[in-house]
Amino acid sequence: MHHFRAPDARRFISASLMIGIAFVIFGASFGVLSVSAGASVAQTCAMSLLVFTGASQMSAVSVLASGGTVASAFGGAVLLSGRNAVYGLAMSPVLKEGSFASRLLGAQWVIDETTAVVSAETDPATRRTAFWISGAILYASWNIGTLLGALVGSSINPSDFGLDAAFPVMFTAMIAPHLRTSAGRKAALFGAVAAVALAPFMPIGLPILVSALGMLFGLSPTSSEPTSLTDGAT
Amino acid sequence: MSWTFVLSLAACAYGLKLLGAVIIGQREMPLVLQRCLLLIPAALLAGLIAKDTFTTGQSYAIDARAAGLAVAVLATWRKLPFVVVIVAGVGTTALIRVFV
Repeated sequence: MHHFRAPDARRFISASLMIGIAFVIFGASFGVLSVSAGASVAQTCAMSLLVFTGASQMSAVSVLASGGTVASAFGGAVLLSGRNAVYGLAMSPVLKEGSFASRLLGAQWVIDETTAVVSAETDPATRRTAFWISGAILYASWNIGTLLGALVGSSINPSDFGLDAAFPVMFTAMIAPHLRTSAGRKAALFGAVAAVALAPFMPIGLPILVSALGMLFGLSPTSSEPTSLTDGAT
Repeated sequence: MSWTFVLSLAACAYGLKLLGAVIIGQREMPLVLQRCLLLIPAALLAGLIAKDTFTTGQSYAIDARAAGLAVAVLATWRKLPFVVVIVAGVGTTALIRVFV
């Protein structure tokens, strides 16, 4: 891709490789947890290739692993991916320059991290370089990590290694950038309380969908504007 | 997990990306809707953390996972690298299982 030969390319390649290392580790953890929740290696890899939005993939596997219904696993994962539609609005000027086929490919790479890398730039050509380089490197990293984790996960018992704690640990790392605003912290508090308080009274998985109602803190216009939120993604 | 699940999730996730990046593009999406969509990860991930740490099925449980979470929260708050957060959190849980 010609973006890798652009003047600014080296800067974005090294920045993306740094995030890419984290992606390999996250992807590998997802791979292990997914196969131990009952998915095959092929299904696990297909999720990372086709879904490619980490929090949704992890959420789906977490709900299924704890015995939740397919519907609640699905609902939570789709709700979590809704933010990519908002990131897409910010990324559309970057994608608009390319062919229709490149826009279809680029859309798949609209996630928290590519949005954050692009949002830090102002020049349109530099933003395109930033998007395509970070997208390609992160997509590759996530999928390589997933494959490695899925292969390892088929041959170990996860709880021997404390890997059942990997879900809350990974979600903790993922949630951090979303807690920078007061609306984000209120939504998180609501979500945590709802999930714990309702657990004994509802089928497994459903309390998580109630947690999502914490999004309604966004109804108040005093909360942070979306532009600053997309800048804050990691 | 079924292939129907994997492929339907893929279709919805990609559809939402397309909706923003290509279909709506630079036309308007109401700000209030954008704010709400961007708050979902905070609310839902916090719910998942609470569920995965303090419940087993429909019952409450305080066990080695809570210690792992505490270490992970501390490591994240100290802005340590992801590798450290994951290894420290998961390692704490594993060690407690071995020694307690």
